[in-house]
Amino acid sequence: MPSRYLSALLLCALTLLAPTIAWAQSIPPATEARISAVETAVKSAQSAGDNAWMLVSAALVLMMTGPGLALFYGGLVRPKNVLSTMMHSFILMAVVTVIWAIVGYSLAFGEGSWFLGDLRYAFLNGVGAAPNADYAPTIPQQTFMIYQLMFAIITPALISGAYAERMKFSAMLLFTVLWMLLVYFPLAHMVWGKGGLLNAFLGGRIPCFDFAGGTVVHISSGVSALVAALYLGKRVGYPDESMKPHNLTLSFIGACMLWVGWFGFNAGSALAASPLATSAFVATHFATATAVLGWLLMEWVRNGKPSVLGGISGAVAGLVAITPASGFVTPMAALVIGFLAGVACFFMVSVVKQKLGYDDTLDAFGVHGIGGTLGAILTGVFATRLVNNGLNGKPLGLVDGNPFQVLNQCFGVLVSWGMAAVGTLVILKICDMLLGVRVNTEQEEEGLDLSLHGEEGYNLEA
Amino acid sequence: MKKIEAVIQPHKLEDVKAALKAIGVDGMTITEVRGHGRQKGHKEIYRGMEYEVDLLPKMKIEMVVSTARSDEVVQTILSSARTGKIGDGKIFVYDVAEAIRIRNDERGEGAL
Repeated sequence: MPSRYLSALLLCALTLLAPTIAWAQSIPPATEARISAVETAVKSAQSAGDNAWMLVSAALVLMMTGPGLALFYGGLVRPKNVLSTMMHSFILMAVVTVIWAIVGYSLAFGEGSWFLGDLRYAFLNGVGAAPNADYAPTIPQQTFMIYQLMFAIITPALISGAYAERMKFSAMLLFTVLWMLLVYFPLAHMVWGKGGLLNAFLGGRIPCFDFAGGTVVHISSGVSALVAALYLGKRVGYPDESMKPHNLTLSFIGACMLWVGWFGFNAGSALAASPLATSAFVATHFATATAVLGWLLMEWVRNGKPSVLGGISGAVAGLVAITPASGFVTPMAALVIGFLAGVACFFMVSVVKQKLGYDDTLDAFGVHGIGGTLGAILTGVFATRLVNNGLNGKPLGLVDGNPFQVLNQCFGVLVSWGMAAVGTLVILKICDMLLGVRVNTEQEEEGLDLSLHGEEGYNLEA
Repeated sequence: MKKIEAVIQPHKLEDVKAALKAIGVDGMTITEVRGHGRQKGHKEIYRGMEYEVDLLPKMKIEMVVSTARSDEVVQTILSSARTGKIGDGKIFVYDVAEAIRIRNDERGEGAL
């Protein structure tokens, strides 16, 4: 290998000298052949680096769902529902994968209308080693496809936080399949797909910035979660019976895995091992830190004690809020975004939810809906071309002197809220008519582990 | 024969066990229990949901001793389990009708 690089360097030098040579005489054919060989070698070296990072990122994002989210959510429910809650995340790693292979990837990333992709990549037709220049010109399209799949897996898994401990497994499967088709794929296409209505970089009519999924992943899942919580109603006994998290040590481990996995989510969204990936990595980490501190500060002042659950909830809130902004903002802006998210999500979960009285079991709305909305709007404030020159020198956000971007972001937020809310309500109605969405009271009291899955999470008496 | 049942603070269990061993009591049954008397519980807050926890973890020690040793055993538990704060627990003493060793059908105090 070293000799290959040496010759590459040598030929680069030759390339620089090329004009001089050309002035003297035309380039001999042999030299031209060697130059083009060097170009090929450079391309393949870059592709190797980018591909390595993107495959690692894809694995990191899958790790966010299982075991990350499964542990985080599993620890927060009662012992009788720990397996059913983990299953919500885990089964989607299988179900969404299959839908993705058949039509999902194509509906999200095929070049179709403003609202939905076409079927050109159905059954992954033509998705192979060749890059797709529109999305990620240096990696195989198959890498791009598998990376985006991991986002499609975690998004419906996030919603499960709202219906945990009381939804039928069959209805949950049908709900997810329909939700992917009617909400996720259209929204992903609108924001990230070529020609999508909101895609700022590939010909969208109303350019919105969403680097890693503030709208597509977090608003869509968070708002759907709220609708699901309202539609299903409160758990039996809520809020009078004790429904304390049964194992915060599991939740702690899960949250820390989410923090690490999120580097794949956000920095990976650069779709290359580039300086932009570094910038998104840094912003992600910094926002998470201040969100932890923001949530804990509020808790300490209000309740007198800073809790571990508060700390890890703050971390997730920060990760959510920085998601749309991560590839557009400076580290200092990230510190601000994270802190605001920690405070806002604390307020939503600990104060507003109690006042409104809805039972969003694991606060999927309070953290993902509110954190995602805040992050999407603040992206319009703090996005700067100093970090991301995707618009070739044109100003990005308010700090760049483009105040209209905040309005665009608000439009993107509204579209996401609307699609998630209406879509989820319609789908739940359909599932309710076909299967019934909620387990009966006896099953709920017995616990879903036993009543739906025929097993228990803890069999400590052998 | 007397059955002595003591509900004590979990963190005093080792002290009580050591004190009883020192006076030659070598059989006992321990159960982890929850309960409360005059001791107040505490408040826990999870994401704004407040829970009053008033059933607190305790240890229940049960043993059967000869009537002659009963007072000595009670005194030993009293002095080794006491912290002086509310929540130290209680001791109950019962009469026992019979004791039988399952291994060899031995009966009465000899079975203890």
